[in-house]
Amino acid sequence: MTNAYDVAHFLAGMMLVCSFTLLYQDRILAVLNTFAVQAIMLSLAVAWQGYVRNAPDLFITAAMAFGLKGIIIPVALNRMVEKLGIKRDVDQVVNVGVAMFLGLGLTSLALLLVLKVTPGAASFTREGLALALAIILLGLLQMILRRNAVTQIVGFMSIENGLILAATGARGMPLVVEVSVAFSVLIALFVFAVFLFRIRERFDSVDVESLDKVRAARAHR
Amino acid sequence: MTGAGWQLQALFVALAIYAGAALAAVFLPRHRLGFVYAASAAAASLAIAADISAFFNEVVLKEQLPVGLPGVGLHIRLDGLSAFFGFIVNVGVLMASIYGAGIKRADLSKRIEPLYPAFCAAMNAVLLADDAFGFLFFWELMSLSSWALVVSRHDDPDNRKAGYVYLLMAAGGTMALLFAFGGLAGASGGYAFDTMRASHLTPLVSALVLGAALFGAGSKAGIMPLHAWLPLAHPAAPSHVSALMSGVMTKVAIYALIRVVFDLLGDPQWWWSLPFILLGAGSAVGALLYAVQDQDLKRLLAYSTIENVGIIFAGVGLAIAFKSSNIPPAAGIALAAALIHALNHSWFKSLLFLGAGAVLHSTGTKQLDRLGGLIHRMPKTSAFWLIGALAISALPPLNGFVSEWLLFQAVLTGPVFPEPILRFLSPVLGAMLALAAGLAAACFVRAYGTVFLGRPRSPEAANAHEAPFAQTLAIGLLAVLCILGGLFGGLTAFALNPLLVEYAGAAAAINTQTGPTPFSLIAFDQGRAIYDAPTIAFFVAVSAFATMAAIHLFASKKTRRSPAWDCGFPDPSPATQYTASSYSQPLRRVYGGVVYSSTETVDMPPPGSLREGHFHIRFSDYIWRFLYVMPANALWSLSERFDLIHYLTIRRYLVLMFSTLIVLLVITATFM
Repeated sequence: MTNAYDVAHFLAGMMLVCSFTLLYQDRILAVLNTFAVQAIMLSLAVAWQGYVRNAPDLFITAAMAFGLKGIIIPVALNRMVEKLGIKRDVDQVVNVGVAMFLGLGLTSLALLLVLKVTPGAASFTREGLALALAIILLGLLQMILRRNAVTQIVGFMSIENGLILAATGARGMPLVVEVSVAFSVLIALFVFAVFLFRIRERFDSVDVESLDKVRAARAHR
Repeated sequence: MTGAGWQLQALFVALAIYAGAALAAVFLPRHRLGFVYAASAAAASLAIAADISAFFNEVVLKEQLPVGLPGVGLHIRLDGLSAFFGFIVNVGVLMASIYGAGIKRADLSKRIEPLYPAFCAAMNAVLLADDAFGFLFFWELMSLSSWALVVSRHDDPDNRKAGYVYLLMAAGGTMALLFAFGGLAGASGGYAFDTMRASHLTPLVSALVLGAALFGAGSKAGIMPLHAWLPLAHPAAPSHVSALMSGVMTKVAIYALIRVVFDLLGDPQWWWSLPFILLGAGSAVGALLYAVQDQDLKRLLAYSTIENVGIIFAGVGLAIAFKSSNIPPAAGIALAAALIHALNHSWFKSLLFLGAGAVLHSTGTKQLDRLGGLIHRMPKTSAFWLIGALAISALPPLNGFVSEWLLFQAVLTGPVFPEPILRFLSPVLGAMLALAAGLAAACFVRAYGTVFLGRPRSPEAANAHEAPFAQTLAIGLLAVLCILGGLFGGLTAFALNPLLVEYAGAAAAINTQTGPTPFSLIAFDQGRAIYDAPTIAFFVAVSAFATMAAIHLFASKKTRRSPAWDCGFPDPSPATQYTASSYSQPLRRVYGGVVYSSTETVDMPPPGSLREGHFHIRFSDYIWRFLYVMPANALWSLSERFDLIHYLTIRRYLVLMFSTLIVLLVITATFM
């Protein structure tokens, strides 16, 4: 049993490391690759849970995570980035040090909270939940700190990774929910893609600052 | 007439007739809508019979209907209090319906007639509801249907403003009542009135419930300073609806207060009476000071409604004070005063509003300074209106005097209060009520004098004609009720005894049997106070006829008709008459600086100039300015500041949500 915990913690921990990488990595292609790695880690973690708990439906979840988020979405985003021609650096709002400190703070908050709130639950569930919450918070932080629309999308997707991890850590979602969440993420990707190209068409950039200028102009009208 | 529960069935049938009429009126063509008044009158008659029977048989009928919230149903209860107020409601509806039958076919409207029975049904249903959901649902139905009737003539911007203010106040009031019932239900959440009766609340919760109920029901009843909507909305509705809103709907609000305070809230504390007494006395005097200045006949009546609600509040407050001080007979007298005044006011205020409606219909105006001399053109309406004006001024032997007399009996018992504050307050209340009675008389002398006496002030008033038969019939029936209610007020009060025993703990507070005549009203015991209306009426009539006979007997028989003394009327223009504003000028001078800021400016031309002089009065309502306009402006500017939030960048929105989440997580991590 301890081995089972170790492996599970290792995989979840690797996902968290990927989240931190996503936070400071400033090349767009590297961000996409890191996201793919995180999704693969997620699929491994879910598959390991399926193996340990002898729950075959978790393998379907794992396969979907691997196929959709490990391959299809990163590839799609890659092609988008190529079409948009933005393989250059991404700029951050605050510097890397501050971002890392914020990330550390959020992680410790997640750990503190979950370990304090769930003293009665099984020990793997508690730590898995804490790591999942940390991944979700880091994803949110990434969405705030990034300016580029593509990396914001990646932040959104990594929040979803954290959610799936939390769900499998606890008891696993019903398969119907799992499938519909996966599809809604795909649809979100399409919507994002359409918007990305529209923004690009309009402003010659996918920097969301240019959107802010439009809103500011409207506010002062 | 044995109570086998038929009364409740009869009331259900009446409700079904109201609802059916409302529904049918939605689909029928406009010129055939007159039938709603016949249907409403039939339903009201049936309901009156049921209410009277239920009241005198002292039945308590309960029913649980499988409609409403799933799993909860709808609790229905008919008891003495519901039956008494049901009687008030349905008599008002019957009279307003008879009046409505006189409405010309061309004046029928899809905006009024379908809503009228719905409004009547909602008022009836509020009285029958025995759980908070049903009560609030029907209460809101009552508010909304009356609101729709208020804005039925929406082409007038004043009516739209009235509707807006009314809707705001009604929504706020219902929300306050929701909180009141929430407090009564407590944490366990028993929303049936039966569980509320059984539960015991902490003093703090009781106080909060009382405050919320006072706000919710008080705003509907129109107590000052929550009255702002009432003088706008009541006159804006068609006259027979105004009569219902003023005469009847305010009583439904009084019912709600009595139900909450005397029935659901448990044993009263002495200080609960303070808001009732203070607000009641303030409303009684304050509203009349507005009424006596007003130029609009219907708005004047609406202000007078606020005054009468104040009197009822004072009675309820005294009843609470006496009950909590453990003086049951006095509590019974005070509660009887409040209940009888509710009944009486519903009669004479309906009469006055219907009469004002007849005047409005016949002359096309309700401005006092455009009316006059109607006693020659509308003799019946004038005679009945005079009876209503006398009754509302509380002159014996009419019905208004009965309730005011009982109220003063309760006030005069004030010195026995154990609480010094109440001992001090009761004479103040007495003085305020006396002032209110005087002001009411002044107000109605002014109204009657300018509308019906003198010479017509406009061509419309000169060409007025008597109202249709159905309308004068309704007004006349109400006048008869006012007279009978005055003559047999003792019997009415005596009939209330079961209610007084139940809610004030007073056994036989009102006595009629031991008096000099079977109709005399005795408060406490015979040695203290007796009011014998028939005897007084008899002596008034005898002395009046004797004086008349003496004058005719001894005066000169040689009468001659000649033009009026010229010093009175040097100028044939009707503008030289005493006007409504000149009558109220002394009162305006006395109270102008205190109650409302009225400033008079006189613009006299210099000697030798031929231009006209001008006299201008400017009114400003302190309550409206400080309690309504200023908070509204503050809210407006605050929301404009927060409007900035609409124009943040996407990332700032995300930061807002994210930091909220973090704060919540930190709170959880710290305090869990």
